[in-house]
Amino acid sequence: MTTQSEAQSSAFSAEEMEFVAEDELVDIVPNMRMEPLNMICGDFGPFLPQIAARVPIWLAVALKKRGKCTIRPPEWMSVEKLTQVLEAERDSEKEFQSLPFHYIEISRLLFHHARDDIPDIYMVRSLIEDIRDVRFHKVETSLETFDGRTSAVQIKSLSAMEVNIVRPFVMKALQAFQKLGGLVPESDPLPDSRPPEVDKAAKGRRTLRGR
Amino acid sequence: MESGSRDGTTEDLESLIATTDAELLRRAWRNEKAAPEILRYEKHLVDRIEGQIQLMEETVDDYTETGVDPLTVSLYQMDLDRTQFLLRSYLRTRLLKIERFILHILKTDELHERLSDKEKIFARRCAGVIGKHLDDSVLLNLPENYQSALRQSTTSEEDDMVLEPRLDTFVVCKAREYISPSEFQDDSNSSLSMDLILEMEPGELSFIPYRRVQRLLESGKLEMV
Repeated sequence: MTTQSEAQSSAFSAEEMEFVAEDELVDIVPNMRMEPLNMICGDFGPFLPQIAARVPIWLAVALKKRGKCTIRPPEWMSVEKLTQVLEAERDSEKEFQSLPFHYIEISRLLFHHARDDIPDIYMVRSLIEDIRDVRFHKVETSLETFDGRTSAVQIKSLSAMEVNIVRPFVMKALQAFQKLGGLVPESDPLPDSRPPEVDKAAKGRRTLRGR
Repeated sequence: MESGSRDGTTEDLESLIATTDAELLRRAWRNEKAAPEILRYEKHLVDRIEGQIQLMEETVDDYTETGVDPLTVSLYQMDLDRTQFLLRSYLRTRLLKIERFILHILKTDELHERLSDKEKIFARRCAGVIGKHLDDSVLLNLPENYQSALRQSTTSEEDDMVLEPRLDTFVVCKAREYISPSEFQDDSNSSLSMDLILEMEPGELSFIPYRRVQRLLESGKLEMV
């Protein structure tokens, strides 16, 4: 009960995000023969040795765990592609490069369950970590540009996990702006840091009174 | 009536794009989890999914008895488990919201109509039990003017003790098709939003007050993330 209601404030838990990402498709190369699977979430197969098939990640992982297939890492997970993305992320200050919506979860799942199928795994892993850091830094700096007039924020190609991480903060911040903006409708645009300071001051006062 | 016809058109649209019910359930689950208020119960979808779950359960039983390859059986079982998890989580998220905003839902016809038949029964019984508990433990011991569970006192002009969802809360949503500025609902209580011209390209993410996209969400033009 508590976990459910807590989960509601940030909408999705990390586990739920992973669950969602497990439905993304990857290519596998089976080493066995199996009839097509007609599942609730779709039809997959038939599976023939050495012939690639496209399945959801959870299915790929299940087969991989039993040694029935190798997973082909998606194209964007190559050293070459990731280096390009990283460079582009570093070059542009505001733009985000397009990566799969669930790139963090997908790469984590594959690192965990299919490490022997990923060429240059250490390189790939550190590239993804770098990309994540650069992007997150960008998210943080773009948050600084919010002001009291922000009534909606559009973000291009932010990933699922990134949204989930900033969601609680952004929601509260925008709400606070809206509330304060409603109190003083015609004032000049305030410096960005103002409302959080007010908030802090109020909190400070409260603790003082408490003592 | 109106919601019924709208229901029909979205259903048609969905079948045209040939999305699986599992995908639709995932979307319904995400929307329900991220929206502050209770959404319309996806009756047809849930009925279909329940049917598929039952069918799959029978298939799995069949396969186990007839000795089909255990690997295949376990994969079907996993698919079944995942679907059931999603369905349960969907229904549970709704129950949580119903419990939380129970009085508000019961006194607002529009919201009450969004519940399934079983949820309506649940809401009524739950409200009865909570009401009785509040009466017994506190309210009936208070002076006569203060005995209502809905109002602070008889001098209150409206029901001011009923918890309502905050519709101006910000949500993250993703456009499923191009949305022009005129399609967003006006934020009536703030003039600030008007100077911002808003449009969305398919796939674009936005933080936006829920109130402004309420109808777009209902029509399926955007989804919650």
